[in-house]
Amino acid sequence: MKTAEASTREAFGKTLVELGSQNKDIVVVDADLSPSTMTNFFAREFPDRFFDCGLQEQNMVGIAAGLAACGKTVFVSTFAIFVACRCFDQLRLCISQPALNAKIVATHGGITVGEDGSSHHAIEDLALCCALPGFTVVVPADAIETAEAIRVAADKQGPFYIRLSRPKTPIVYSEGYHFSLGKAVTMRQGSDATVIATGIMVAKALEAADMLANQAIDCRVINMHTLKPLDETALVKAASETGAIVVAEEHLAQGGLGSRVAQTAAREMPVPMGFVNLGDRYALSGKSEELLQRYGLTAKNIEEAVKSVVKRK
Amino acid sequence: MFNLSTVELRESARRLRCHVISMIATAGSGHPGGSLSAADIVTALYFRVLRHDPSNPHWPDRDRFILSKGHAAPILYAALAETGYFPVAELGTLRKLDSCLQGHTDAKVTPGVEMSSGSLGMGLSYAIGTALAARLDSRAYRTYALLSDGECQEGQTWEAALSAAQFKLDNVTAIVDCNGMQLSGWIRDIMNLEPFIEKWRAFGWHTIDIDGHDFDQILFACQEAQDTKGKPSVIVARTIKGKGVSFMENNAAFHGKAPTQEEAERALQELE
Repeated sequence: MKTAEASTREAFGKTLVELGSQNKDIVVVDADLSPSTMTNFFAREFPDRFFDCGLQEQNMVGIAAGLAACGKTVFVSTFAIFVACRCFDQLRLCISQPALNAKIVATHGGITVGEDGSSHHAIEDLALCCALPGFTVVVPADAIETAEAIRVAADKQGPFYIRLSRPKTPIVYSEGYHFSLGKAVTMRQGSDATVIATGIMVAKALEAADMLANQAIDCRVINMHTLKPLDETALVKAASETGAIVVAEEHLAQGGLGSRVAQTAAREMPVPMGFVNLGDRYALSGKSEELLQRYGLTAKNIEEAVKSVVKRK
Repeated sequence: MFNLSTVELRESARRLRCHVISMIATAGSGHPGGSLSAADIVTALYFRVLRHDPSNPHWPDRDRFILSKGHAAPILYAALAETGYFPVAELGTLRKLDSCLQGHTDAKVTPGVEMSSGSLGMGLSYAIGTALAARLDSRAYRTYALLSDGECQEGQTWEAALSAAQFKLDNVTAIVDCNGMQLSGWIRDIMNLEPFIEKWRAFGWHTIDIDGHDFDQILFACQEAQDTKGKPSVIVARTIKGKGVSFMENNAAFHGKAPTQEEAERALQELE
């Protein structure tokens, strides 16, 4: 079944304008990428509250910290690679340590950036940002969830890292969906195994569950949109009720959702686990879908991982 | 708000220097050299220039002082204690477990400290953020950022310099404590910054070159910066690392080393 698609970046850009008109303390900083991050919508509406820092990502994070320290709700936007990876020390000392109210909305996460190649593929950003004390880390599954997550981030005090994608992503929710921070969403019930997915992998997990249903494997699908704090209750429930877990994410093997889920499962409810991720390598240039195929991030890969983990129960 | 005369400022600076020596000696670690070089600048700011209220550290209209050279935390702590942000007795707890006086500044635990610092080159960016907020909120406060010359080797300092000029932030004053030294020796030998004044000018800043141990010059420069419109100002303050203690002056060994008890006593005698 081919579902509708929409851009998470565009949802972000439009939601920012909506929030900006409601709250004059919302300000936005960007680093010469506003046509791509789509903060340019905000810049057009509220030019006085938009600061283009040029190609100065580290400076941008410091400026955001100063603004936040003076009571502003600061949205910081650029590509994931240029903020999570390039500015890690600035995120750490200027945002995380003082627990300032800055919302890092990083577009172009993962390998689906595509043709730009490994320099632009943020595949370690979730590990880095989950490592920062006090950060809330969210990877929305679609445009509807993105808009919701941005609204929640604006309302809630403290640092956020929200990862979005370059390509349009399949819509998995209906309008009216209510996002609850830190509460995983069971997208589909199931009793034989659970796929815990985040971001673009949620739609692929649903596809995999359909394929598995045809083979009499009843697979639960959970959207773990909030990586930190992790919904341990939903995770433990899934482990105890289905007895097997596969974690799917567009990220390196280390430090992302898989590591986080495994750590909790090991402590609370050890069950056989499988992992669908990029492993320990950089990806090449190519079209998004080609790269997902090449690096093992497809519904088929999830299906195989579930079958294998079910055998180990 | 404080309004000390030049003579009184000199006495205050002497007292702050004594605190720096005692604190670091008691702690057994810390950075005396860069605290002593910045002592007169910090004294002039806290006892004369800044509009601040120690009984209300979060007063929205206070001038912001951003210590970018976070290793000079002891001189800031001494100024904060002497102006009443916390009891002077707290200074004896520097670097001890559960103290509100961390090894490098920590905005979360110390009343009056604006920014957590210690990783160099970040303070001017932060200062630009607070200055932009002042503009957005139509507040008249000024932001002062104290940088070391050594940290001007960090690229981020120059990113910030470019952007302050781009944003035409005349409510920011950067003060560079130019003691000419860094941890392992002379800046000119390790990673030369000259021509330094010309660099700031080329980046679009109004520059003021002063003796950073002369109160009249410091006060005059702060006023000149405040009167300069349409662009940010930088005060390049020529200082001596370890100023006031003969065996620490121009001595890189005391960049990040505590004096022994015997050295501390000698230092305090000199400062008497």
